[in-house]
Amino acid sequence: MANEKSDVLHGSLILMVLRTLDTLGPQHGWGIARRIEQISGDALELNQGTLYPTLLRLQQMGWITSKWGVSDHNRRARFYAITRAGRKQLAAEAENWERISDILTRFVRPAREAS
Amino acid sequence: MTPSRVLFSRIFGLLRKGSLERDMNDEVDFHLQMEISENLRRGMTPEEARSAALRRFGGVAQVKETWRETHGLPVFQVLWQDFRFGLRMLRRSPGFSSLAILCLTLGIGANAAVFSWIEGILLRPFPLVAHQDRMMAVAGTTRGVAGHTDVSRPDFLDFQKDCTLFDAFIADRITGTTLSIGDRAERSPASVVSANYFDALGVHPILGRGFEPAEDFGRNAHPVTVIAYQMWQERFHGDPAIIGKTQMLNGMPHTIVGVAPRGFYGTFVGWAMQFWVPASMQERFDPGGYKLEDRGARWIEGFVLLKPGVTPQQAQAEISAVAKRLETDYPATNRGSGVKLYPLWQTPFNNAGTLLPTLAIALAVVVFVLLIACANVSNLLLVKAFGRRQEMTVRLAVGAGRSRLLQQLVTEGLILSTLAVAGGLLVANWCRDLFVLMLPPRGGVRMNLPGEVDWRVLALSAGVCLVCTLLFGLVPAMQSGKIDLASALKAESGGVVGGRRRAVVRSALVVLQVSLSFVLLVGAGLLIQSLRGVRNTNPGFSTQNVLVSSIDFVAAGYDIPRAKYFQDELIDRLQAVGGVQSVAFARLTPFGYRSYSTSPIAVDGYEAPPDQRPTVDYNEVGPAYFAALGIPLVSGREFTRSDNETAPLVAVVNEAMASQYWRGQDPVGRRLQVKGRWLSVVGVARMSKYGNLTETAKPFFYVPMRQSSMGSSLHIRTPLAPETMAKALVREIHALDANLAPGELITMQEQVDRTTAPQRVAVGMLGVFGGLALILAAIGLYGVMSYTVSQSAREFGLRIALGAEASHLLRLVMSRGMALTAGGLVLGTAAALGLTRLIVGLLYKVTPRDPLAFGVAFLVMTIVSMAACFLPAWRATRTDPVRALRN
Repeated sequence: MANEKSDVLHGSLILMVLRTLDTLGPQHGWGIARRIEQISGDALELNQGTLYPTLLRLQQMGWITSKWGVSDHNRRARFYAITRAGRKQLAAEAENWERISDILTRFVRPAREAS
Repeated sequence: MTPSRVLFSRIFGLLRKGSLERDMNDEVDFHLQMEISENLRRGMTPEEARSAALRRFGGVAQVKETWRETHGLPVFQVLWQDFRFGLRMLRRSPGFSSLAILCLTLGIGANAAVFSWIEGILLRPFPLVAHQDRMMAVAGTTRGVAGHTDVSRPDFLDFQKDCTLFDAFIADRITGTTLSIGDRAERSPASVVSANYFDALGVHPILGRGFEPAEDFGRNAHPVTVIAYQMWQERFHGDPAIIGKTQMLNGMPHTIVGVAPRGFYGTFVGWAMQFWVPASMQERFDPGGYKLEDRGARWIEGFVLLKPGVTPQQAQAEISAVAKRLETDYPATNRGSGVKLYPLWQTPFNNAGTLLPTLAIALAVVVFVLLIACANVSNLLLVKAFGRRQEMTVRLAVGAGRSRLLQQLVTEGLILSTLAVAGGLLVANWCRDLFVLMLPPRGGVRMNLPGEVDWRVLALSAGVCLVCTLLFGLVPAMQSGKIDLASALKAESGGVVGGRRRAVVRSALVVLQVSLSFVLLVGAGLLIQSLRGVRNTNPGFSTQNVLVSSIDFVAAGYDIPRAKYFQDELIDRLQAVGGVQSVAFARLTPFGYRSYSTSPIAVDGYEAPPDQRPTVDYNEVGPAYFAALGIPLVSGREFTRSDNETAPLVAVVNEAMASQYWRGQDPVGRRLQVKGRWLSVVGVARMSKYGNLTETAKPFFYVPMRQSSMGSSLHIRTPLAPETMAKALVREIHALDANLAPGELITMQEQVDRTTAPQRVAVGMLGVFGGLALILAAIGLYGVMSYTVSQSAREFGLRIALGAEASHLLRLVMSRGMALTAGGLVLGTAAALGLTRLIVGLLYKVTPRDPLAFGVAFLVMTIVSMAACFLPAWRATRTDPVRALRN
C-alpha cells in the first residue's frame, strides 16, 4: 500500500506534527496544517486531508492526545496535545532526522569533503 | 507494548464505530469551514473559497476511508464483509451449496469420527484417569519368544521397590464372574487390582473408599469390592446405603466398600469393568491357584505412572536393569525374562493392540475420502467460478486487488468448510459408539469402546477444515486470479474466460479422484482377498456341528469335587439327549478371549540355549475333548475319565511340540516336565489354531482337567441348532441345580468368526468408503464431461450438420472421458503399488500386488467411468444443430 517514498514523507510529517504541538501547545487539525505550511514557507504543498489519519495514528501510538473543545470562533473542534511519550519520540525523531540529513548533506556536496 | 496498544485502541475503535464516524465528519467539516473562512478573508468568492478548500484538503472520501481503516481493524471489517457476501452467494445457489456441504460433511465427519475412535480407544482410553499422558502399560518378555507375557507379583513388587523414576506401579488382571438374572447367566468382567489402584489413577469413588494398602496382602483375606457405577445403578438401583452391604462374588460374600464414579470403566480397553477386588483375592478370581508369592506365576497386566519429565526410554532402561538383576538373583524362575513398557495405544494385553491396525486403515481410508470430497468441491467451485467470471472481471476492472478477490474466494471456502465441520462433528458424535456396534460381543460381554470427542478432536477437525479449504478453495481462486482483463471484457458472454486452463485443472482433479478411488478399491480388494484367505484357513478343529457354551462354577460357589461331580452328571445327561454325539468340558475354548495358561517345560534330552527357558501354552481339557472338537490324534490316545487326580499325570502334545522337543520322534511314553512335575506323554494331537486363524504353528500341549483345575467351557458336538440345544442345556442344568445357568451358547463357527471381526470391520469400512469414493469420483467425471459437452455444443452441432453419425459423436465424447479415466488409472496403479506395501502386515496369504485385486479394481473403475461418461455423451448426440449453431 505505502511505498518507500511516502514512508519518508510520512516520517517527516510525524516530526512536523509533534514539533508543532510541542511549540504551540494544543492545536486543532486545521491549525496544525496551517502551521506546517507557514513554517515551510508555503513551499510544502500538503494535502491537508492526509494529516488526519496521521493524527489518529499518533494517538494510537500514545504520542498525542485529543480532546473536544471550543475554537476561537466558538465552534466545536478537536484539540490535539503532545504527551510525555510524544516529547521523547520527538527528541528521538529529531536526532534521527539530523543524522540522516547530515549524511545526505555529505552526499549532496561531496566536493567540500574533498577540498 | 506499542503494537498491543495500537491493537487495543483499534478494537476499541471497532466497538464505538458510530460515534467515531460522527466525530470524523465533524472534524473534517470544521477543517473545511476554517479553510473556507480563511479563503474568504483572502477575498475569494464563496464558490472559489469552497472549491479551493476542497482542493487543498484532497479527496475527502479517500481521507475518510484511510481514517476508517486506520481506526478499526481493517482485516476484520473486510472479513466480515466477505463473510456476509459469501453467505449471500451460498444462499443464492442452494443446490450447489448443499451438495458441496454434503460432500465435505461426509469427508470431515468420517475423519472426525475416526479421530474420536483413535482418541477414545487408543490415545486416551481412560478419560477419568488424571495422568494418562504419563501412563504406560507394562508386560513381560521371554527371550527367544515373540510377543508378551505377564508379570509375576514378586517381580512387580521388586520393580516398585527398586525403580526411582516411577510414581506408581499398578497391578491389574482381567477377571470376571457370572451373575445370574433368572435363567440367564450374565458374565460381568472385573479386575483384580493392586490396592493403590484408585489412588494412583486419581479416580475417587463417589461413595465409600478405594482399597487400603493392607488389602494387597493375605491369601483371600480381604473379600471387599469397589463396584462400578453401572452395577450400582442396575443391580442395586442406585441404593445410597450400598456401602457395607455384601454381594456374592465367585462363591464368597464380598463387602462393598466403594462405588466408582460414572464413566470409569477400569483400565482394560474393550470392556466395562463391573467391579474391582484387591490383589489379595487373586486366587479366587484368577484361575491357576495362589500366585501372590510365586515368582514363576506371571499374571499381572500392569500399568506404570512415570514421574513428570521422565521419558519412556529412561523408564525402560531403569526397569530393564532391575529385571536383569532379578534374572541373576532368581535364575530358576526368571531366566530369559525381561520386561517392556508400552505406550497405552500399543498395550499388548487388551484390545488397543488388536484394534490398532483396523483403526490405522480406517484413518487412511477417511483421509482418502476427504481428499476425494475436496477434489469434488473444488470442481464444483470451479464451475461456479466460471459462472461468476463476469462478477470477478468487473471487480478487477474497477480496481479490486487480486489478493482481495482471492481472500473473498477463500472466505467463501471457509464458510463451506466451517458449516461442514459443524455437520461433521455432529456426524462424529453420532458415530462415536458406532465402532463398537461393528464388533461382536466376546465371551458373552458387549464390548465397550466409546469414541471421545474432546478438544483435541475438535482442534484436529478444525485443522482439517483449514487444510481442506486451502485444498479446494485455492485452486479455483488461483484460476480466477488469472483472469485476463482485456480479453475478458472484450469477450462476449458466450466466450470462455480462461476456459482452457480451467478445463485442464478440472481434468486434473478428475484424474486425481479416479486415482484415489482406484487405490481404495485395490485396498478393499486386497483386504477382501486376505479375509477370504483367513476364513478359508483350516483351524484344525471342526467348526461345523460344534456348539460352545460355559458354566461358571466358581461364581456359583462350587468347590472342585462338587464341580467335577456336576460335570460328569451333566455330560451323561446331555449325551442322552437325541442328536448329541459327544460332550466335553475344558478350561478354555479355542478362539476365546481369555489367554491360555503357560508353563516352563523341560524334556529329557532337550537342551535349551543357556539364557532361555522354554515355555509353552497349554489347555486343561476334559475327557473326549479331542472327539468333541474333531481334533485328530496322530498318535496315542486322548484323555478319559480315568485320567483323574489319583492316576499318573499325563499330557497330550501337538505336532509342533513333538518335532521341536523330541525332534520328530514319537513322544508317546516319554516324559515332559511342567511346573516342576513330570507328566508322561500319552498322545500327539494334530496341529490346530488356538487363538486366531492367522497365528503361526506353535508348540502347545494339553493336560487332563481333572489333574489341574475345574473348567467352565462346554463343547457339544451335535447337528442340533443352537436354539434347540440351548433349551435342552438349560433344562438339563436345572435338573441338577436350579440356581445354575449357562452362558451364551454359540456355534464354533461363530466363535471363530468373532476373532476375525477387526478384519471384517476393516473390510467393511474400506468397502463402504471405497464405494463412496467411487460415487464421488463418478460424479466428478460426470460433471466434467457434462460441462465439456455443454461448452462444445457448437462444435457438436457443426459436426452433426456436416453429417457426423451419432455413434461417432458418442465415441468422441466417451473417448475423452475414458482418457481421463486412463490417466487416473495409471496414476492410481503407481500409487497403489507404492501404498499397498504399507498394509502388508495386515494381509494374510495375499501379496500386496495381488493381480486379482488390481484387476477387479481396474474393471470396476472402468465400468463406473463408462457409465459416468455415457449420459453426457448421449446428450452430445442429441444436440440440435440448428439451435447450437444459431446461438
